[in-house]
Amino acid sequence: MNVVFEPIKGQYFNMDVAGQQMRIYVEHAGSGIPLVCLHTAGSDGRQFRHILNDKEITEHFQVWVFDLPWHGKSNPPEGFEQQEYKLTTDGYKEIIYAFCQQLGLDRPVMMGCSMGGRIVLHLALENPDMFRAMIALEGADRLQPYYDLDWLHRPDIHGGEIQAAFVSAQVAPQSPDRYRYETLWHYKQGGPGVFKGDLYFYWHDGHFDDRSVLIDTDRCPVYLLSGEYDNSCTPERMLATAERIKGSKATVMPGMGHFPMSENPELFRTYLMPILQEILAQEAP
Amino acid sequence: MIDIRALPELVRDDPFLVHRGRHARFRFLLHIGPEAWWIDVCEGFVEVSPKTLPSQSGDFSLRAHEESWAKHWQAVPPRDFHDLFAMLSSGHLTMEGNLLPLMQNLQLVKDIIAKLRSSS
Repeated sequence: MNVVFEPIKGQYFNMDVAGQQMRIYVEHAGSGIPLVCLHTAGSDGRQFRHILNDKEITEHFQVWVFDLPWHGKSNPPEGFEQQEYKLTTDGYKEIIYAFCQQLGLDRPVMMGCSMGGRIVLHLALENPDMFRAMIALEGADRLQPYYDLDWLHRPDIHGGEIQAAFVSAQVAPQSPDRYRYETLWHYKQGGPGVFKGDLYFYWHDGHFDDRSVLIDTDRCPVYLLSGEYDNSCTPERMLATAERIKGSKATVMPGMGHFPMSENPELFRTYLMPILQEILAQEAP
Repeated sequence: MIDIRALPELVRDDPFLVHRGRHARFRFLLHIGPEAWWIDVCEGFVEVSPKTLPSQSGDFSLRAHEESWAKHWQAVPPRDFHDLFAMLSSGHLTMEGNLLPLMQNLQLVKDIIAKLRSSS
Protein backbone atom coordinates (compact mmCIF):
# COMPACT_ATOMS: atom_id res chain seq x y z
CA MET A 1 0.00 0.00 0.00
CA ASN A 2 1.42 3.34 -1.03
CA VAL A 3 -0.93 5.95 0.40
CA VAL A 4 -0.70 8.49 3.18
CA PHE A 5 -3.88 8.35 5.23
CA GLU A 6 -5.04 11.48 6.97
CA PRO A 7 -4.90 11.10 10.76
CA ILE A 8 -8.71 11.09 11.05
CA LYS A 9 -10.67 8.09 12.30
CA GLY A 10 -14.29 7.83 11.12
CA GLN A 11 -16.75 5.56 12.95
CA TYR A 12 -20.46 4.89 13.32
CA PHE A 13 -22.30 4.32 16.55
CA ASN A 14 -25.88 4.23 17.75
CA MET A 15 -27.01 6.92 20.13
CA ASP A 16 -30.16 7.15 22.19
CA VAL A 17 -31.77 10.58 21.94
CA ALA A 18 -34.98 11.02 23.93
CA GLY A 19 -35.81 7.34 23.52
CA GLN A 20 -35.09 7.26 19.80
CA GLN A 21 -32.12 5.44 18.27
CA MET A 22 -29.92 7.56 16.02
CA ARG A 23 -27.14 6.08 13.87
CA ILE A 24 -24.40 8.68 14.03
CA TYR A 25 -21.24 9.14 12.00
CA VAL A 26 -18.35 10.69 13.92
CA GLU A 27 -14.77 11.58 13.03
CA HIS A 28 -12.07 12.12 15.60
CA ALA A 29 -8.36 12.82 15.86
CA GLY A 30 -5.80 13.69 18.50
CA SER A 31 -5.69 13.48 22.26
CA GLY A 32 -6.09 15.84 25.17
CA ILE A 33 -8.92 18.21 25.97
CA PRO A 34 -12.09 17.19 24.11
CA LEU A 35 -13.05 19.70 21.42
CA VAL A 36 -16.45 19.05 19.82
CA CYS A 37 -17.16 20.78 16.51
CA LEU A 38 -20.70 21.46 15.29
CA HIS A 39 -21.34 22.01 11.59
CA THR A 40 -23.58 24.63 9.99
CA ALA A 41 -27.21 24.27 8.90
CA GLY A 42 -27.65 22.08 5.83
CA SER A 43 -24.06 20.87 5.76
CA ASP A 44 -22.05 18.22 7.64
CA GLY A 45 -18.87 17.53 9.56
CA ARG A 46 -16.60 17.66 6.51
CA GLN A 47 -16.42 21.39 7.13
CA PHE A 48 -13.97 20.71 9.97
CA ARG A 49 -11.49 18.50 8.12
CA HIS A 50 -8.74 21.10 8.44
CA ILE A 51 -9.14 21.19 12.22
CA LEU A 52 -8.99 17.38 12.40
CA ASN A 53 -5.83 17.43 10.28
CA ASP A 54 -4.09 20.19 12.20
CA LYS A 55 -1.29 18.62 14.24
CA GLU A 56 -0.79 21.73 16.35
CA ILE A 57 -4.40 21.36 17.47
CA THR A 58 -4.60 17.58 17.78
CA GLU A 59 -1.48 17.29 19.95
CA HIS A 60 -3.39 19.09 22.70
CA PHE A 61 -7.04 18.51 21.80
CA GLN A 62 -9.08 15.40 21.08
CA VAL A 63 -11.20 16.74 18.22
CA TRP A 64 -14.67 15.23 17.71
CA VAL A 65 -16.83 16.06 14.69
CA PHE A 66 -20.16 14.36 14.18
CA ASP A 67 -22.84 14.67 11.54
CA LEU A 68 -26.20 15.57 13.04
CA PRO A 69 -29.03 13.13 12.30
CA TRP A 70 -30.34 13.77 8.74
CA HIS A 71 -26.93 15.20 7.76
CA GLY A 72 -23.85 13.79 6.06
CA LYS A 73 -23.46 10.09 6.85
CA SER A 74 -25.70 10.07 9.93
CA ASN A 75 -29.08 8.53 9.27
CA PRO A 76 -32.42 10.15 9.89
CA PRO A 77 -34.26 8.20 12.61
CA GLU A 78 -36.70 5.43 11.80
CA GLY A 79 -40.01 6.85 10.60
CA PHE A 80 -38.46 10.00 9.15
CA GLU A 81 -40.40 9.50 5.93
CA GLN A 82 -43.61 10.33 7.80
CA GLN A 83 -42.57 13.70 9.21
CA GLU A 84 -41.27 17.08 8.16
CA TYR A 85 -37.78 17.68 9.49
CA LYS A 86 -37.62 20.69 11.77
CA LEU A 87 -34.76 21.35 14.19
CA THR A 88 -35.76 22.98 17.47
CA THR A 89 -33.64 24.47 20.23
CA ASP A 90 -34.60 21.71 22.66
CA GLY A 91 -34.14 18.93 20.11
CA TYR A 92 -30.72 20.23 19.13
CA LYS A 93 -29.58 20.49 22.75
CA GLU A 94 -30.74 16.92 23.45
CA ILE A 95 -28.63 15.58 20.57
CA ILE A 96 -25.51 17.38 21.82
CA TYR A 97 -26.03 16.33 25.44
CA ALA A 98 -26.54 12.73 24.32
CA PHE A 99 -23.37 12.84 22.22
CA CYS A 100 -21.19 14.25 25.01
CA GLN A 101 -22.63 11.95 27.68
CA GLN A 102 -22.56 8.73 25.68
CA LEU A 103 -18.96 9.34 24.63
CA GLY A 104 -18.08 10.24 28.21
CA LEU A 105 -16.46 13.55 27.26
CA ASP A 106 -15.12 15.44 30.27
CA ARG A 107 -16.05 19.13 30.08
CA PRO A 108 -15.46 19.49 26.35
CA VAL A 109 -14.76 22.73 24.56
CA MET A 110 -17.61 23.28 22.10
CA MET A 111 -17.00 25.03 18.80
CA GLY A 112 -19.99 25.49 16.53
CA CYS A 113 -20.56 27.49 13.40
CA SER A 114 -23.72 29.33 12.38
CA MET A 115 -26.55 27.32 13.95
CA GLY A 116 -23.77 25.49 15.81
CA GLY A 117 -22.54 28.88 16.99
CA ARG A 118 -26.02 29.70 18.25
CA ILE A 119 -26.60 26.45 20.10
CA VAL A 120 -23.33 26.63 22.04
CA LEU A 121 -24.57 29.88 23.55
CA HIS A 122 -27.77 28.13 24.65
CA LEU A 123 -25.62 25.39 26.20
CA ALA A 124 -23.46 27.97 28.00
CA LEU A 125 -26.60 29.41 29.52
CA GLU A 126 -28.17 26.11 30.50
CA ASN A 127 -25.20 24.04 31.65
CA PRO A 128 -22.09 26.19 32.06
CA ASP A 129 -20.28 23.70 34.30
CA MET A 130 -20.62 20.88 31.82
CA PHE A 131 -18.34 22.63 29.32
CA ARG A 132 -14.80 24.08 29.42
CA ALA A 133 -15.44 26.92 26.98
CA MET A 134 -17.63 27.90 24.04
CA ILE A 135 -16.35 29.08 20.67
CA ALA A 136 -19.26 30.52 18.70
CA LEU A 137 -18.39 31.03 15.04
CA GLU A 138 -20.92 33.16 13.17
CA GLY A 139 -23.36 32.76 16.05
CA ALA A 140 -25.66 35.36 17.58
CA ASP A 141 -28.56 35.47 20.00
CA ARG A 142 -30.78 37.46 17.59
CA LEU A 143 -30.89 37.16 13.79
CA GLN A 144 -33.04 38.59 11.02
CA PRO A 145 -34.40 36.30 8.26
CA TYR A 146 -34.29 37.79 4.77
CA TYR A 147 -35.72 35.12 2.49
CA ASP A 148 -38.65 32.75 2.40
CA LEU A 149 -37.53 29.29 3.49
CA ASP A 150 -40.11 27.60 1.24
CA TRP A 151 -37.83 28.22 -1.76
CA LEU A 152 -35.48 25.63 -0.28
CA HIS A 153 -37.80 22.64 -0.59
CA ARG A 154 -40.27 22.41 -3.44
CA PRO A 155 -40.55 20.13 -6.46
CA ASP A 156 -39.88 22.73 -9.15
CA ILE A 157 -36.52 23.88 -7.74
CA HIS A 158 -33.44 21.70 -7.35
CA GLY A 159 -32.77 21.64 -3.61
CA GLY A 160 -29.01 21.17 -3.78
CA GLU A 161 -28.56 23.90 -6.38
CA ILE A 162 -30.57 26.50 -4.52
CA GLN A 163 -29.04 25.69 -1.14
CA ALA A 164 -25.57 26.29 -2.56
CA ALA A 165 -26.76 29.37 -4.47
CA PHE A 166 -28.23 30.88 -1.30
CA VAL A 167 -25.13 30.35 0.82
CA SER A 168 -22.67 31.35 -1.90
CA ALA A 169 -23.51 34.88 -0.77
CA GLN A 170 -21.94 34.00 2.56
CA VAL A 171 -18.45 33.19 1.32
CA ALA A 172 -15.97 36.08 1.23
CA PRO A 173 -14.65 37.09 -2.20
CA GLN A 174 -11.11 36.69 -0.87
CA SER A 175 -11.55 33.02 0.06
CA PRO A 176 -9.66 30.58 -2.18
CA ASP A 177 -11.82 29.04 -4.90
CA ARG A 178 -10.84 25.47 -4.01
CA TYR A 179 -12.28 25.93 -0.52
CA ARG A 180 -15.22 28.06 -1.66
CA TYR A 181 -16.52 25.38 -4.00
CA GLU A 182 -15.82 22.56 -1.54
CA THR A 183 -17.91 24.44 1.03
CA LEU A 184 -20.73 24.88 -1.50
CA TRP A 185 -20.51 21.23 -2.59
CA HIS A 186 -21.53 20.14 0.90
CA TYR A 187 -24.69 22.22 0.48
CA LYS A 188 -25.41 20.64 -2.89
CA GLN A 189 -25.40 17.24 -1.20
CA GLY A 190 -27.87 17.96 1.59
CA GLY A 191 -31.06 15.89 1.90
CA PRO A 192 -34.39 17.37 0.77
CA GLY A 193 -35.79 19.84 3.29
CA VAL A 194 -32.92 19.47 5.75
CA PHE A 195 -31.39 22.93 5.29
CA LYS A 196 -34.87 24.41 5.56
CA GLY A 197 -35.55 22.40 8.72
CA ASP A 198 -32.27 23.55 10.27
CA LEU A 199 -33.05 27.18 9.49
CA TYR A 200 -36.19 26.88 11.57
CA PHE A 201 -33.86 26.75 14.58
CA TYR A 202 -31.34 29.20 13.17
CA TRP A 203 -33.77 31.90 12.12
CA HIS A 204 -36.86 31.39 14.24
CA ASP A 205 -36.69 29.12 17.29
CA GLY A 206 -33.18 30.00 18.45
CA HIS A 207 -33.60 33.63 19.47
CA PHE A 208 -32.72 34.26 23.10
CA ASP A 209 -31.42 37.81 23.30
CA ASP A 210 -33.73 38.28 26.28
CA ARG A 211 -31.79 35.61 28.23
CA SER A 212 -28.25 35.64 26.86
CA VAL A 213 -27.37 38.29 29.43
CA LEU A 214 -27.62 35.51 32.03
CA ILE A 215 -24.66 33.57 30.62
CA ASP A 216 -21.92 33.38 33.26
CA THR A 217 -18.57 33.58 31.48
CA ASP A 218 -16.69 33.00 34.75
CA ARG A 219 -18.10 29.48 34.76
CA CYS A 220 -17.93 28.97 30.99
CA PRO A 221 -15.80 31.35 28.90
CA VAL A 222 -17.41 32.44 25.62
CA TYR A 223 -15.53 33.41 22.46
CA LEU A 224 -17.43 34.92 19.53
CA LEU A 225 -16.06 35.31 16.01
CA SER A 226 -17.76 36.70 12.94
CA GLY A 227 -16.55 37.14 9.37
CA GLU A 228 -16.65 40.58 7.77
CA TYR A 229 -18.62 39.23 4.79
CA ASP A 230 -21.16 37.26 6.81
CA ASN A 231 -24.49 38.83 5.87
CA SER A 232 -26.48 36.56 8.18
CA CYS A 233 -24.66 36.62 11.51
CA THR A 234 -23.14 39.97 10.64
CA PRO A 235 -20.30 41.46 12.69
CA GLU A 236 -22.85 43.93 14.07
CA ARG A 237 -25.17 41.14 15.29
CA MET A 238 -22.23 39.26 16.80
CA LEU A 239 -21.00 42.39 18.56
CA ALA A 240 -24.50 43.11 19.89
CA THR A 241 -24.55 39.56 21.29
CA ALA A 242 -21.12 40.08 22.87
CA GLU A 243 -22.41 43.27 24.46
CA ARG A 244 -25.13 41.26 26.18
CA ILE A 245 -22.85 38.39 27.27
CA LYS A 246 -20.65 40.13 29.80
CA GLY A 247 -17.08 38.87 29.79
CA SER A 248 -17.32 37.29 26.34
CA LYS A 249 -14.51 37.94 23.87
CA ALA A 250 -15.53 39.03 20.38
CA THR A 251 -13.45 39.16 17.21
CA VAL A 252 -14.37 40.34 13.72
CA MET A 253 -12.43 38.50 11.01
CA PRO A 254 -11.75 40.79 8.01
CA GLY A 255 -11.85 39.09 4.61
CA MET A 256 -13.85 36.15 5.98
CA GLY A 257 -17.40 34.96 5.39
CA HIS A 258 -19.81 32.65 7.21
CA PHE A 259 -17.76 29.43 6.97
CA PRO A 260 -14.33 30.26 8.43
CA MET A 261 -13.16 26.67 9.07
CA SER A 262 -13.92 25.50 5.53
CA GLU A 263 -13.80 28.58 3.26
CA ASN A 264 -10.41 29.86 4.42
CA PRO A 265 -8.82 27.43 6.91
CA GLU A 266 -5.37 29.03 6.87
CA LEU A 267 -6.75 32.46 7.73
CA PHE A 268 -9.14 30.98 10.29
CA ARG A 269 -6.39 29.25 12.27
CA THR A 270 -4.71 32.63 12.86
CA TYR A 271 -7.83 33.54 14.86
CA LEU A 272 -8.47 30.14 16.41
CA MET A 273 -5.00 29.25 17.69
CA PRO A 274 -4.76 32.12 20.22
CA ILE A 275 -8.14 31.07 21.63
CA LEU A 276 -7.10 27.44 21.96
CA GLN A 277 -3.82 28.51 23.55
CA GLU A 278 -5.74 30.61 26.05
CA ILE A 279 -7.93 27.64 26.91
CA LEU A 280 -4.84 25.45 27.28
CA ALA A 281 -3.12 28.02 29.49
CA GLN A 282 -6.05 27.91 31.91
CA GLU A 283 -5.48 24.17 32.31
CA ALA A 284 -1.87 24.62 33.36
CA PRO A 285 -1.22 23.71 37.02
CA MET B 1 -17.77 52.74 -15.96
CA ILE B 2 -19.63 49.51 -16.62
CA ASP B 3 -20.92 48.92 -20.14
CA ILE B 4 -23.80 46.52 -19.75
CA ARG B 5 -23.89 45.98 -23.52
CA ALA B 6 -20.64 44.01 -23.09
CA LEU B 7 -22.51 41.28 -21.22
CA PRO B 8 -23.51 39.03 -24.19
CA GLU B 9 -19.92 38.74 -25.36
CA LEU B 10 -18.59 38.17 -21.83
CA VAL B 11 -21.05 35.31 -21.39
CA ARG B 12 -20.34 33.89 -24.86
CA ASP B 13 -16.63 33.82 -24.01
CA ASP B 14 -17.29 31.54 -21.03
CA PRO B 15 -18.37 28.23 -22.61
CA PHE B 16 -19.03 26.48 -19.31
CA LEU B 17 -21.32 29.30 -18.16
CA VAL B 18 -23.22 28.91 -21.46
CA HIS B 19 -23.35 25.14 -20.85
CA ARG B 20 -24.76 25.66 -17.36
CA GLY B 21 -27.54 27.79 -18.82
CA ARG B 22 -28.39 25.44 -21.68
CA HIS B 23 -31.91 24.76 -20.33
CA ALA B 24 -32.60 28.33 -19.22
CA ARG B 25 -35.08 30.57 -21.00
CA PHE B 26 -36.31 33.65 -19.17
CA ARG B 27 -36.23 37.42 -19.31
CA PHE B 28 -35.61 39.92 -16.54
CA LEU B 29 -35.13 43.62 -16.00
CA LEU B 30 -31.95 44.95 -14.50
CA HIS B 31 -32.54 48.40 -13.05
CA ILE B 32 -29.31 50.39 -12.69
CA GLY B 33 -30.49 53.55 -11.01
CA PRO B 34 -32.90 55.23 -13.46
CA GLU B 35 -31.89 52.95 -16.36
CA ALA B 36 -33.65 49.67 -17.09
CA TRP B 37 -32.20 46.93 -19.27
CA TRP B 38 -33.71 43.72 -20.53
CA ILE B 39 -31.58 40.68 -19.96
CA ASP B 40 -32.78 37.80 -22.12
CA VAL B 41 -31.30 34.44 -21.17
CA CYS B 42 -31.85 31.89 -23.92
CA GLU B 43 -30.22 28.46 -23.77
CA GLY B 44 -27.18 29.85 -22.03
CA PHE B 45 -26.66 32.88 -24.24
CA VAL B 46 -27.61 36.40 -23.19
CA GLU B 47 -28.99 39.41 -25.01
CA VAL B 48 -29.18 42.93 -23.60
CA SER B 49 -31.45 45.72 -24.73
CA PRO B 50 -32.79 48.93 -23.18
CA LYS B 51 -36.33 49.01 -21.90
CA THR B 52 -38.21 51.45 -24.10
CA LEU B 53 -41.90 51.08 -23.26
CA PRO B 54 -43.40 51.29 -19.76
CA SER B 55 -45.85 48.50 -20.56
CA GLN B 56 -43.14 45.92 -21.24
CA SER B 57 -42.68 43.29 -18.54
CA GLY B 58 -40.49 40.26 -18.00
CA ASP B 59 -40.37 37.47 -15.45
CA PHE B 60 -38.73 39.43 -12.65
CA SER B 61 -36.67 42.52 -11.96
CA LEU B 62 -33.55 43.30 -9.96
CA ARG B 63 -33.26 46.90 -8.87
CA ALA B 64 -30.39 48.79 -7.22
CA HIS B 65 -28.81 52.21 -7.29
CA GLU B 66 -26.04 52.85 -9.78
CA GLU B 67 -23.51 53.23 -6.94
CA SER B 68 -24.56 49.86 -5.50
CA TRP B 69 -24.01 48.07 -8.82
CA ALA B 70 -20.67 49.85 -9.18
CA LYS B 71 -19.62 48.38 -5.84
CA HIS B 72 -20.95 44.96 -6.82
CA TRP B 73 -18.83 45.05 -9.96
CA GLN B 74 -15.58 46.03 -8.24
CA ALA B 75 -12.83 43.42 -8.60
CA VAL B 76 -13.07 42.75 -4.85
CA PRO B 77 -16.49 44.03 -3.83
CA PRO B 78 -17.01 45.38 -0.32
CA ARG B 79 -19.22 43.54 2.17
CA ASP B 80 -22.97 43.92 1.58
CA PHE B 81 -22.31 44.32 -2.17
CA HIS B 82 -20.36 41.15 -3.03
CA ASP B 83 -23.40 39.06 -3.98
CA LEU B 84 -27.04 39.66 -4.97
CA PHE B 85 -28.25 38.11 -1.71
CA ALA B 86 -25.80 40.17 0.32
CA MET B 87 -27.24 43.26 -1.40
CA LEU B 88 -30.75 41.94 -0.72
CA SER B 89 -30.18 41.31 2.98
CA SER B 90 -28.54 44.70 3.48
CA GLY B 91 -31.35 46.55 1.70
CA HIS B 92 -29.35 47.58 -1.38
CA LEU B 93 -31.29 45.40 -3.86
CA THR B 94 -34.92 44.61 -4.45
CA MET B 95 -36.27 41.57 -6.28
CA GLU B 96 -39.78 41.82 -7.74
CA GLY B 97 -42.07 39.82 -9.97
CA ASN B 98 -42.26 36.08 -10.50
CA LEU B 99 -39.17 34.89 -8.66
CA LEU B 100 -39.53 31.23 -9.65
CA PRO B 101 -37.26 31.40 -12.74
CA LEU B 102 -34.75 33.37 -10.65
CA MET B 103 -34.72 30.77 -7.89
CA GLN B 104 -34.53 27.92 -10.40
CA ASN B 105 -31.43 29.53 -11.91
CA LEU B 106 -30.10 31.56 -9.00
CA GLN B 107 -26.38 30.82 -9.25
CA LEU B 108 -26.56 31.20 -13.03
CA VAL B 109 -28.12 34.67 -12.72
CA LYS B 110 -25.57 35.67 -10.08
CA ASP B 111 -22.71 34.49 -12.28
CA ILE B 112 -24.05 36.14 -15.44
CA ILE B 113 -24.38 39.51 -13.69
CA ALA B 114 -20.97 39.09 -12.02
CA LYS B 115 -19.42 38.67 -15.49
CA LEU B 116 -19.41 42.45 -15.73
CA ARG B 117 -16.70 42.48 -13.04
CA SER B 118 -14.16 41.52 -15.67
CA SER B 119 -15.15 44.45 -17.88
CA SER B 120 -14.65 47.15 -15.22
